[in-house]
Amino acid sequence: MVLSFNGKTALRLSLVAAATLSVAACSSRPKPQLDTRPPAGPTQPQGPGTTTQPGPVGNQPIGAVPGSAEEFRVNVGDRVLFDFDQYSIRGDAEPILQGQAAWLRRYPSVRVRIEGNTDELGTREYNLALGARRANAVRDYLVSNGVTADRITTVSFGKEQPVDTSGTEEGQARNRNARTAIVSGAR
Amino acid sequence: MTVRSPSMRLKSLMFALVALVGGALVAPAAARAEIEVNVNRGDVQPLPVAVPAFGGGQVGGDIAGVISANLQRSGLFRPLDPASFVERDLNAAVQPRFADWKQINAQALVNGQVTVVGGRLQVDFRLWDVFAEQQLLGLQFTSSPENWRRVAHKISDAVYERLTGEKGYFDTRVVFVAESGGRGPARQKRLAIMDQDGANPSYLTDGSYIVMTPRFSSNSQEITYMALRPEGSSIYLFNLETGRRESLGDFRGMVFAPRFSADGSKVAFSVERSGNSDIFVMDLRSRQTSRLTADPGIDTSASFSPDGSRIVFNSDRSGSPQLYVMGADGSNPRRLTFGGGRYTTPVWSPTGEFIAFTKQTGGQFHIGVMRADGSDERLLTSGYLDEGPTWAPNGRVLMFSRETRGGAPRLWSVDVTGRILQPVPYPTAGSDPAWSPLLN
Repeated sequence: MVLSFNGKTALRLSLVAAATLSVAACSSRPKPQLDTRPPAGPTQPQGPGTTTQPGPVGNQPIGAVPGSAEEFRVNVGDRVLFDFDQYSIRGDAEPILQGQAAWLRRYPSVRVRIEGNTDELGTREYNLALGARRANAVRDYLVSNGVTADRITTVSFGKEQPVDTSGTEEGQARNRNARTAIVSGAR
Repeated sequence: MTVRSPSMRLKSLMFALVALVGGALVAPAAARAEIEVNVNRGDVQPLPVAVPAFGGGQVGGDIAGVISANLQRSGLFRPLDPASFVERDLNAAVQPRFADWKQINAQALVNGQVTVVGGRLQVDFRLWDVFAEQQLLGLQFTSSPENWRRVAHKISDAVYERLTGEKGYFDTRVVFVAESGGRGPARQKRLAIMDQDGANPSYLTDGSYIVMTPRFSSNSQEITYMALRPEGSSIYLFNLETGRRESLGDFRGMVFAPRFSADGSKVAFSVERSGNSDIFVMDLRSRQTSRLTADPGIDTSASFSPDGSRIVFNSDRSGSPQLYVMGADGSNPRRLTFGGGRYTTPVWSPTGEFIAFTKQTGGQFHIGVMRADGSDERLLTSGYLDEGPTWAPNGRVLMFSRETRGGAPRLWSVDVTGRILQPVPYPTAGSDPAWSPLLN
């Protein structure tokens, strides 16, 4: 992510604001959504200069340049998920893909590569074929939503590029995806 | 081991390699033994064998160590602890003191002598039937000194063949994908080759792109594999002797799952276009390609029968991945598997009698074997992710990759009875093994 100078300033300002808010929160009303650790109690010794840790701050995408790959990823979403051994577009994927199609219509010089991925619960060669089906399902959806076919290429990574290597069911579910990767033409 | 009569003397240690699961898996070897070892599931007595250090210094001990480890890993032999040996001043030129070896119940004795003659390693070895007090083999190998492991593998093969009646598989190599950097984005996959016992690993690609599914040609000098880059995939032919690499060509789609025909004259592979994967075959001499399947299902993982007349492959045309057999020209496809579960990666055995496969059922992966007509299915392993069997050239052992949940894959082997399951002694992560034919 490339932040402009103004973006950096904005981020720094928001950090200061969050820290102030967090300190205030500990002394008055706890705001659990900001705290990752319990607030220090009054009986705990505090050396000079120590202050309560500020809570975490969400990564605000305000710096993403419209039309950039980063903006596409954050504001539109670059991955859609699939069911086990399936390649039909799920209901929860449709708004994302419609958003991708709208974004790609807005930025007609952008070219994309759709990368099909699978979980590891299959053999390597079969999963390459399954990933290709997923990539093509996304490609077809984008084309039917007004993106010209010659802007899109597809590839399958099968189970070679998992986003989650935990091996858990949730992780496997995340790995059953197709990613729309911007290859050129973005800002 | 069944001793038919205590008074009978052992003339030969021929094994009857009979596996009795749904019928004999392997026809009994020409049984002229008075003592037989039946290699049945749950009823196995590995043959006690003594492999004392060969004479000739360090390399003599090393050679005996490699032979002993090979025989041990086959599961058919039980090398005895050298500390138990009575005769210590063994001389390969003199008959051993059989009483000393009978005393520790060694059924067979392998001894030898290493000498260096004119810069060449010369290894004399003899195989003795201890109770018959007979020499069964006496052979001499010569080689360059750095090649001592191959000499040890050749001796292992000679011993194995003499005692079992079947060809060995020790003087072989394995191509595979060496993995490093975990399973996430930092994972590196390099094409690698090693001896079947994990020794002498070397790397054939640098890890700058993903490699998968290497396969040996029947001449042991050529491999084919798939390379995957974000821009697309390629199938390469790679000559191990010359280092020459060439692409099979551009097929207007993703290419994957290459495999040589048994005579090495063709490569079958899959081409994916618009999401549909079909099987093609290229004649390597004429470079003519023909398409063998055309249905809308996934068709992949083609494997030729040893006589070249048929191809077993994986298809989900019925709705789930199952195994099918068709003529080598694509004719008469016929479904082979009807059991519950998902079947993938079929591989025809070197004898033509069996097909090994990966099966997914009950939340587990299995390496299994069935007859070539789909009958007598037997699952040999069970694990979180067991995948991709490859046959030893004698059809007795399968190597595959095994992955635990969240862990890196390792190479394992299992014999066709399912009894001898063990990791391959290669120290780090690896996948997609492919066994070479016996080397010349």
